[in-house]
Amino acid sequence: MFLQGCVVLMLSGCGSNPAPQTQTKAALPEAHVDPATAGTISGKILFQGAKPVMPTIDMSSNPSCERQQKTPAKAETVVVNPNGTLRYAYVRIKDGLAPAHWAPPAEPVKLTQSGCIYTPHVVGIMVDQTLSIMNDDPVNHNVHAESQTNAAWNISEAPKDEPKLRKFSSEEILFPMTCSVHPWMRSWIGVSSHPFFAVTGEDGSFSLAGVPPGTYTIEVVQEKLGRKEGKVTLAAGGTAAIDFTYGN
Amino acid sequence: MATENSFNRGLHRWSILLAFCTLLLVVAGALVTSKDAGLSVPDWPLSYGKLMPKMEGGIFYEHGHRMIATTVGMFTIVSLIWIFRTDRRNWMRKLAVAALLAVILQGVLGGMTVLYLLPWWISSSHATLAQLFFSTTVAIALFTSKGWLGGPAIVPEDAENPLRGLSLAAPICLLGQLFLGAAVRHKAIGAIYHICGAPLVTAVVLWVSMRILLHYARNRELRTSAILLISVTLCQVFLGIAAYMTRIAYADAIQPMPLMVTFTVLHVATGALTLATSIAMAILVRRNLGERVEMPESALEA
Ligand SMILES: [Cu+2]
Repeated sequence: MFLQGCVVLMLSGCGSNPAPQTQTKAALPEAHVDPATAGTISGKILFQGAKPVMPTIDMSSNPSCERQQKTPAKAETVVVNPNGTLRYAYVRIKDGLAPAHWAPPAEPVKLTQSGCIYTPHVVGIMVDQTLSIMNDDPVNHNVHAESQTNAAWNISEAPKDEPKLRKFSSEEILFPMTCSVHPWMRSWIGVSSHPFFAVTGEDGSFSLAGVPPGTYTIEVVQEKLGRKEGKVTLAAGGTAAIDFTYGN
Repeated sequence: MATENSFNRGLHRWSILLAFCTLLLVVAGALVTSKDAGLSVPDWPLSYGKLMPKMEGGIFYEHGHRMIATTVGMFTIVSLIWIFRTDRRNWMRKLAVAALLAVILQGVLGGMTVLYLLPWWISSSHATLAQLFFSTTVAIALFTSKGWLGGPAIVPEDAENPLRGLSLAAPICLLGQLFLGAAVRHKAIGAIYHICGAPLVTAVVLWVSMRILLHYARNRELRTSAILLISVTLCQVFLGIAAYMTRIAYADAIQPMPLMVTFTVLHVATGALTLATSIAMAILVRRNLGERVEMPESALEA
C-alpha cells in the first residue's frame, strides 16, 4: 500500500466525474403537443429465420451470483419471443419532430442489478431524466457507462447502497452499461431528447403515443443486429403502423 | 572498477526472486485485461474504499494485481537498499534507483488508467513499462550473478559478421512489437498490425541469434542467450497464433472464455521473457565482444 499511498496526493482531485455540460438546448422553444391532433405510431419488430441460441452465463467466478439463479441465466443479446418478434429492440422517432426542448419526466428510470444481471436489459431514458441504479445483490458491482457522446463514468455500488442517481445531458442512442466484476453484465441505454421511444417486450410490439401529426423517420436499434429505419406519415388524431423485420 | 565487486549469494537470490515475482505480476496484470476486470474496482489507490475488499468476480483479479504490485514495489525497495549497502558498482546503484522509479511510475500509470477508464495509451504504456521493468529485474539478477562477476570471456568481433549494432535490433524490434500488441489488446488498432509485425520481428531475432550461433558460439554466454532467445521466440509465435485463434473462435462470447484467457496471458508472459532475453543478450554481447578484427576463414571454425 506504500506505493499506492505515495501517489495518492499527486492524483487527488483527478478522476472520472463528468464535467457539467453547458446548456445549449436552453435556446430551443418548449415543446407543445395539442392532444386534439396527436396520434399514435405503432408496430412490431419481427424476426425471421433460425432463432439464435443464447449461451448460458457462467457465474462460477462469483458463487453469490450463481446462488440467486433458480435456473442458469442465459445471455440476452438476441431474444426472440415465442410469437416470432424481437424483445429488447429500442424504437424511436429519429427525424421529423419540430426542434423543441422536451422536459423530462420527474419520475426516475430504474435500472436494477439483480442476480448479477441488469433489469431491464435495455433502458430508454430522456435527456436530463434521472436514472436510478439499484443493487439488490449481496455482492459488489461496478457500474460503467461506456457512453461516447456523454462523458463516460465508472462507479462502485456495494450491497445495500442507496440507489445511485445519474443523468445524461445529451442524446445518445444505445451505449453499453457494464460491470467488470461480472463481465457478462451488460445493459444498453438509449438517451432520447424527446419522449417518443419504446423498448419492445414479450410481444415485440411498440407504441409511440401523443405524437403530433407529421412525417417521421422511425429507427429501430438492436445491440447485435444493428439499426433499421422506415418512414411513416401520421394524420391529425390518427394512427400509423410500421413493422420492421430482422433475420438471417 | 566494476569487476572488483565480490559475489553476494543472498543478493543474487533475492534478485532472482524479484524477477520471478515480477513475472507473476505480469501474469496477474495480463489476467486483469483478459478477464475484463480492469474497471471492477473504480477507486484507486483504495479498493471499494478499503485496503482489502471482498475478493469476488473481477475484483479478485484487479485487487490481486494491486496486491502483488505492492509486494513487488516493496521488494524493489529492499533490492535498492541491499545494493546500496553491498554493491560498490556505481552504475549498479543507478540501475537500482531506475528500477524503483520505474515501479513507482508503473503504479501511477496503473492507477491513472483505472481513474481515466482505461484510455488505450495509458493502458498500453502500463503494459509496455511492465515488460521493461521485468527486463530490468532480469538484468539485475544477471549483474549480481557469479558468472557476471567472474568477468567476461572476450571474443573479438568479426568484421565480416559484426554483432554489436545488430544485437540491439532484437530488443528494439521486440519492444515495438510489444507496444503494438498492447495497443491491439486495448483496442486502439486492429490485430493486423501486431500480426504483420510478428514475422519481421521473428526474422530479426533469428538473424541475430543465428549470427551468434554461426560465428560466436565459442562464447558460452552468447551461445546460451542465443539458444534461449530462439526458443522463447518460437514459443511466443505459437502462443500468439493460438491466442488469435481463440479470439476469433470466441468473438461472440458474452464473457471471457478460459481458453482465450489462458493463451493470451501465456502470450503476454512469454512476451516479457522474450524481451528480457533479448536485452540480456545485447548486454552480454557488449560485455564479451572485443575489438573488431578481420578474421581468417579458419578462425571461424573454432
Ligand atoms: Cu456486477
